Amino acid sequence: MKHFAANRMRYFLPVKTIIIITTIVSIIGIMTTAFKSKTVFPGGHTKYLDKNKDSIESVQAFMKVYKVLMSPRCVNCHPAGDVPLQGEDSHLHTMFPKRGVDGKGIYAMKCANCHQPTNTSGLHTPPGNPNWHLPPADMKMVFQGRTAHQLAKQLSDPKQNGFKNKEQLISHASDQLVMSAWNPGEGRLLPPMSHEEFKKAWVTWINKGTYVPK
Amino acid sequence: MISLNINQKQYQIDVNPDMPLLWAIRDIVGLTGTKYGCGVAQCGACVVLMNGQAVRSCVTKVGRAEEQKIVTIEGLSEDNKHPLQLAWQEIDVPQCGYCQSGQLLSAAVLLRENPNPTDHDIDDAMAGNICRCGTYLRIRKAIHRAAEIQLKGIKIG
Repeated sequence: MKHFAANRMRYFLPVKTIIIITTIVSIIGIMTTAFKSKTVFPGGHTKYLDKNKDSIESVQAFMKVYKVLMSPRCVNCHPAGDVPLQGEDSHLHTMFPKRGVDGKGIYAMKCANCHQPTNTSGLHTPPGNPNWHLPPADMKMVFQGRTAHQLAKQLSDPKQNGFKNKEQLISHASDQLVMSAWNPGEGRLLPPMSHEEFKKAWVTWINKGTYVPK
Repeated sequence: MISLNINQKQYQIDVNPDMPLLWAIRDIVGLTGTKYGCGVAQCGACVVLMNGQAVRSCVTKVGRAEEQKIVTIEGLSEDNKHPLQLAWQEIDVPQCGYCQSGQLLSAAVLLRENPNPTDHDIDDAMAGNICRCGTYLRIRKAIHRAAEIQLKGIKIG
């Protein structure tokens, strides 16, 4: 009997310790997965699935963003070619100024030669901004003619969006030149929603996972 | 008072900083070689150099030009021997002449940045300078000639 009791004690202690350790490890494990679940893909790369992601909400937000980006106030300086566009019909800019390497024009045809730091008053005068330019030649960031699918894919790819990460993309919505779309000068239409509404949709698109519409 | 440096001379003028630079150059300082064409940066007649760039003085406010280096057609060279001026005379470019000071200053930027421009480069650089007499072909020819003069140091006259 004594022998049996001693044996029991000997086996009881490690079992209790193991149960406690297992419980602690399990709780930590569950807490970790509550924030992120990690999936290891066959190629060896891992992907963290953020529980904040929501493909439906993200895509819906992008479709609002897309309406703004395709408005003449945005698309006119994101042309498919090297000449900026003008007007509500996005025709080629008169005098055919060219993008140049840095996006600021070439020779006697540099953007800032006509586009002043502020809007010039009167109809048919150059709108202004201290940093007026097109995207540079090595990162054209074309909007013209892009479908929502193509544009979302392009904007979410750092190799095509000016090497911007998530935070930089979000702050770009408040860039001074982006915001000048809502101060376009006399006779030009505003983008289809307020800057506040646009920024909200932009941030939602990104924070909900930067999903690309089909 | 606004301080302007035009053709290496200092001027103090008492004007509203929102006044177009063109007004100050022509009406206050009295240099009338720079012309008023459209007033909305569409034609290029009012081009002057500001820190070496071919700005349109009809939409550039005097406030922006303060303490900057301005060059007008009167200051392109001291003796009218700038390669462009020599070529312009040799080829007899102007007809009525109204747009020519703007043409010359735009061409000066082109030749500084590209000493041996092709026809294509010239068209790209000069597309913003309109000439109602249609002297475009002579302008293009004269820019090629000026490039030659500049590169080879040819002396004329």
